[in-house]
Amino acid sequence: MNMEHILQLTHVRKSYGIGSIVETEVLHGIDITLKRASFSALTGPSGSGKSTLLNLIGLLEAPSSGELIINGQNTSQLSDQALTQLRGHSLGFIFQFHHLLPAFNALENVMMPSIIDSQHLSKQQAMIRAKALLSAVGLENAFYKKPAELSGGMQQRVAIARALMMRPPLVLADEPTGNLDTHSADDIFKLMRKINQEQDIAFLIVTHDQRLAARCDQTFNLVDGHLQQKTTD
Amino acid sequence: MTLNFEWLLALRFLREGRMQSLLILAGVTGGVAVIIFLTQLINQLQGSIIDRVLSSQAHIVIRPAEESALRLMSDAHIAANIQPRGQRLRSIDQWESIAQLVRNTPGISAVSPVASGPAFARHNLASKSVALVGMIPNDYRQVVKMNKYMIKGEFNLTGDQTIIGKDLANDLGVSQGDRIQILTDSGTQQTLTIVALFDLNNKDLNKRWVFTTLRMSQSLLNIPGGVSNIDLTVDDLFGAKPLAQRLSAQTGLLVESWMETNSGLLNALSNQTVTNNLIRVFIVIIVALGITSVLVVSVVQKQKEIGILRAMGAKRGQVMRIFLWQGAIFGALGSLMGASLSFALLTLFSNVYKAPDGSTLFAAQLDPNLVIMATCVAMIVGVLSALLPARRAARMDPVQAIRS
Repeated sequence: MNMEHILQLTHVRKSYGIGSIVETEVLHGIDITLKRASFSALTGPSGSGKSTLLNLIGLLEAPSSGELIINGQNTSQLSDQALTQLRGHSLGFIFQFHHLLPAFNALENVMMPSIIDSQHLSKQQAMIRAKALLSAVGLENAFYKKPAELSGGMQQRVAIARALMMRPPLVLADEPTGNLDTHSADDIFKLMRKINQEQDIAFLIVTHDQRLAARCDQTFNLVDGHLQQKTTD
Repeated sequence: MTLNFEWLLALRFLREGRMQSLLILAGVTGGVAVIIFLTQLINQLQGSIIDRVLSSQAHIVIRPAEESALRLMSDAHIAANIQPRGQRLRSIDQWESIAQLVRNTPGISAVSPVASGPAFARHNLASKSVALVGMIPNDYRQVVKMNKYMIKGEFNLTGDQTIIGKDLANDLGVSQGDRIQILTDSGTQQTLTIVALFDLNNKDLNKRWVFTTLRMSQSLLNIPGGVSNIDLTVDDLFGAKPLAQRLSAQTGLLVESWMETNSGLLNALSNQTVTNNLIRVFIVIIVALGITSVLVVSVVQKQKEIGILRAMGAKRGQVMRIFLWQGAIFGALGSLMGASLSFALLTLFSNVYKAPDGSTLFAAQLDPNLVIMATCVAMIVGVLSALLPARRAARMDPVQAIRS
C-alpha cells in the first residue's frame, strides 16, 4: 500500500451477466495509479467502458476481480456500510447533468454531504464552509437560488462546490463540461484546475474532448476495455 | 449537527410533491375524521339509548320463584300431560332479610321493595286498567329518578295519596287534588287523592302506573306485609347480568337484569358495534393503501435524487427512513386534521339532529383518549404503509438510479 497514491487499480476486471450464456467482459484487467493532487483525464469512444470504470472507482459498482485501493484502503473486503462511508468521505462526484437536488437551494445542495453525515460539522460550520465554497466558484450571489433558477454553467459550479464539501482527496468528474457551451466549458475546466492546484485535490475527469484532455497531467485512453496511457507532461 | 437529514429530506420531498401530498393528506384526514366521528356518534347514541331505556327501569328485579306443577309419580312409563300453573300474585318469602342481604352486596347502590299488581282506576264513568306500584318514595327515587319526570307536585306520598301519569289523568278526566277509586280483583276498593302527576316520556307507562304507599298497595293487593318484587340499581351497568345470576343462586329467587329483559336492544347495540368496527378496519386498510401507493409513486419520481444522495454517502438506512418519516407525517398530520374535522362534523350534527322533544341527541365532544389512540394508530399505519416503498428506495442501485 502506497500512501503517495490516492488511487490504485490492479488487474481490475468487470463482467456483466456472470454465469449466464451471454457473459460479457467490459473491462479487461485495468491498472491505474493516481498520485495525490494529480489531474488526470480518462478518454475513450462511447462504449469503451469509461462510465463503468468510473462507477467502479466511485464505489457505486464492485469489480468482478482485481484490487481497488482508495486513499490507502483496500475496498474488496468492505461492507456496503463501509463503502458508503468511504465514498462519502474520500470521493467527490461531479456528474454530466450536475444532478443537483431541485427541492433545495444552492447553499443547501452544497451542504448536503455534510447533512448526510451528521458527525461531520455543526450546522453553522457547514454553512460557513458551503458559503466559502460557493464564493470560491464565483457564486457568492446565488446562495439561495434553486437549481432551476441557475444557468447550466452555474449549476455545474454548484456541483463542483458540493463535490468539495467533505474535503475529499479525490474528485471524480463524469463529462463535467459535456453539457456546456465552449466558453462555460473552459471556465469550468479552469476552475477545476485551480482547485486542484490550490487545495491539492486529485481530479479524474472523464471527457470526450481531446483538447481538454491534452491540458491534463496525464491521460488514460480506454479502447474496448483496454487501457492505453499517455502522459502529457 | 442539529439538522436531521432524514427529517429534512422527508419534509422537502413532501413539499416538492405538493399536489400528491395534499391529496393523500386529505385522504388520511377524511379517514380519521370518519373513524372518530362514527365512534363518538355511536358511543354517545348508545349511551343515550341505554340511558333512556333504563331511566324508567330497575337494573335488576328480584321476584318470587315461579310456581310449578309437581308430578306425583316419577314413573317414566306414564305419559303425563302437565299443564303449566297459573302464576298468582305472591310475596317474596322473608323479603326483609333478602333486602338486607342485597343491600350488603357490593356493587348494588339502591334497593327498593315494591308491591305491584293489577287494578282498575275509576273516576265517574271512566274506568281504566292500571298497575299499582306500592313503594317507599325515598327508596324508589334511588332506582328510578322520578324527580326528573314530575310535572305537577313532588314524588312523595303518605296514607291514601296517589301519584299518576299525565295520560291516565287525561283519560280519567282528573288532575292534581282530585280523587280516584282503585279497585282490585280481591274486591278491595279504596279512594285515593292525587297529589302529583308524572310524565315518563312513555305513553304506556303514563297510562298504567299508579303509585301508592307500600302499605296501601299491600292491602289493596291482599299481600299484607309482603312485596311482589325488589328493584335494584347497580354501579356497573354491564355487570348487571352476572350479578343477577349470583343473586339468583344465593337466594333461589327469580332474579332478572335489564340485560335479559332488553336482550333485543343489547343485540342491536352489539351489532352496531360490530358494523362500526368493520367500517373502521376497512377505512384503515384503504388509507394505508393510499399512503403506500402515493409513496411508491414518489420513490419512482425521486429515483434520481435517491441515487445522487447515495453517491454522496447516504446510507441505505437513511434513505429508508426518509420515506418512513413521510408515512409517519401523513399519519400524524392527517389524524390531527381528522380530529378537528370530526369535531366540526359532530358540532354540525348535534345542532341539526335533535330528539323529538328538542333535546340534543348527543354532545359535540371529543374523547381525548380516542384522539390520542387514533393518532397513534394512524402513525403506526403510516409507517407500516411506507415500509414497502421505503425498502424499495433503500435497495435502489445508485448507478441505475442516476442513469434513469
